[in-house]
Amino acid sequence: MISVTINGETRSFEAPVSCAELIERLALAGKRVALERNGEIVPRSRFAEQPLAEGDRLEIVVAVGGG
Amino acid sequence: MKPHENLDPLVIAGKSYGSRLLLGTGKYKDFAETKAAVEASGAEIVTVAIRRTNIGQNAGEPSLLEYLSPSKYTILPNTAGCYSAQDAVRTLRLARELLDGHDLVKLEVLGDPKTLYPNVVETLAAAATLVKENFKVMVYTSDDSIVAKQLEETGCVAVMPLASLIGSGMGILNPWNLQIIIESAKVPVLVDAGVGTASDAAIAMELGCDGVLMNTAVAAANNPVLMASAMRKAVEAGRAAFLAGRMPKKLYTASPSSPAAGLVAPPSKT
Repeated sequence: MISVTINGETRSFEAPVSCAELIERLALAGKRVALERNGEIVPRSRFAEQPLAEGDRLEIVVAVGGG
Repeated sequence: MKPHENLDPLVIAGKSYGSRLLLGTGKYKDFAETKAAVEASGAEIVTVAIRRTNIGQNAGEPSLLEYLSPSKYTILPNTAGCYSAQDAVRTLRLARELLDGHDLVKLEVLGDPKTLYPNVVETLAAAATLVKENFKVMVYTSDDSIVAKQLEETGCVAVMPLASLIGSGMGILNPWNLQIIIESAKVPVLVDAGVGTASDAAIAMELGCDGVLMNTAVAAANNPVLMASAMRKAVEAGRAAFLAGRMPKKLYTASPSSPAAGLVAPPSKT
């Protein structure tokens, strides 16, 4: 098991887990999201090849209404 | 001339837009109302905010961009809520990834949660970084003409001074400052923030602004869709009046619109 922080919440997953699998497990597959891992953008095209590591800090964002 | 050719487009970063009204998508009742208001406004550029998604708590929740398709509208991601250059830059890097490399963005760095007044020092720093990273930056700022010029020189593609504070609806408090910014700018100047009703938008355009960006004035109206339509007309009317060139103001004039000569004579007494 690895523990990561996603949008400020701690979550645990069976390792190994890629960014693509994470998106799937969070029911965000097919949604327009952007992912930052430890302060660096992970391009969507590279979700599958990026494994998560213990202690990763992830931000997953969407577009919402705003001025 | 082609039948629908727009002879007076708003050009931002080399791209032409038919509408000079930019609309924010926050504070509406629901996404259906957001969409109806955007349609009524005629806006082609709509702003969005970038926020953390729910992580599985509300699976199947509708998303804004399902209502406002990036293939139909130019989505302008903002940095609302950011109080440092670093946070603003980070937010827009995420936005660019979210929008498949789309690089036209609205930068705003706030200085104070009470007034939402911009922090121009952080704004200038963020603008410099973003321009270096090839973003096309439309920048929200105070109505200080020196700062506006510095932002332009930094490489921003549009300068967007406030008319009054964000969400205040107080209208255009300092038209003279706006006029100085407009006169000296070589990039489009858009009023961003403070418009409260249609006449405010018309005044901004009559001053010579290239466009107006608003959100609360529409979203917080009793009938947002009707106000969106009013704003569309106001921006168009204000622009036309600016291009037409208004008559000079005079306290009074001995020049009535109707001819002075040829008045019927009073009936003669017999």
